[in-house]
Amino acid sequence: MRHHLILRVVSKLLIPFILLYALYVQFHGDYGPGGGFQAGVIFGAAFVLYALIYGVETAQKAFPASWLAILVPLGLLIFGGTGVASLLLGGTYLDYDVLAATPTGGQHLGIIVVEFGVGVTVTGVIIAIFFAYAGRTDDIQDDDW
Amino acid sequence: MGSGLVNVAVDISLMTLLAVTAIGIIRSRHLFATAMLSGIYSLISAALFVTLDAVDVAFTEAAVGAGISTVLMLGAMTLTRRSEKHAVKLHIGPILVCLAVGAALIYGTVEMPPFGSTEAAGFKHIVPEYIAGSRDDIQVPNIVTSILASYRGFDTLGETAVIFTAGIGVWFLIGRRRREDEEDEKKTETPGDRA
Repeated sequence: MRHHLILRVVSKLLIPFILLYALYVQFHGDYGPGGGFQAGVIFGAAFVLYALIYGVETAQKAFPASWLAILVPLGLLIFGGTGVASLLLGGTYLDYDVLAATPTGGQHLGIIVVEFGVGVTVTGVIIAIFFAYAGRTDDIQDDDW
Repeated sequence: MGSGLVNVAVDISLMTLLAVTAIGIIRSRHLFATAMLSGIYSLISAALFVTLDAVDVAFTEAAVGAGISTVLMLGAMTLTRRSEKHAVKLHIGPILVCLAVGAALIYGTVEMPPFGSTEAAGFKHIVPEYIAGSRDDIQVPNIVTSILASYRGFDTLGETAVIFTAGIGVWFLIGRRRREDEEDEKKTETPGDRA
């Protein structure tokens, strides 16, 4: 989409705000709508938009495919690891009460960490699936549609 | 009373748009149009979820249904042909089954509690405990988050594992194929073998 000037300019302006909004949804999920899953999808969608406008090759320079092999399992490990941490601290699996000095503080900490894990995995999977599809086709010409 | 009328008008117009979009999806043979229409369908569904005060669900529907899955549909489409081969013939049997199931579902809604009723069975069992617990023990204003991440932590861990598995599966199935193809092309001298 090299010659779509409006799309290029508008998406370049929007992408930082989409990423920032994803972080807001991620870390504000306790208070407003949203959470790890939605944040991950929005974060991934920003990269998908970037790849659509500037091409998959350029997007893979910004987000190397090798990162995905780390990000995708890392999120699940953060989630599972939180459970193990609460086991080691004397609680039951995924019982956040024991993670901090007070049970309420522990719940807050546990929820934020766990949601972060969900967000990391979802971001990675969205981008991985998109790269997997997009990497198989050559650049699409406008008259192909 | 006035806001009630507005709600009904919004519901009716959104439902009408939803039905029109669905008919458009069925009638279109052009897969690009179908993919875009299903994105529109998701967006209208998201608006409906907002009117039902299910903002978290609306959020997900807008991001996943209207955003990502439309792009993935288009991506999958570039790997195949762009339009359906044959127009689907009208089959009487499946239509009758659909009508019967639809009628049964509508009949089932007759006995459902009214929308937002606190007497509904779903609000009787364990939900009061979750609401009180979110307020007093967890102290997280968004009850959806406290249920998903804390009360139903095991479910969410399982869901994350499902997403993880889906991503790994797609990546291994089609993610690395192209590089291997290129290597195959370098290795094999006779192009006829690859067909």
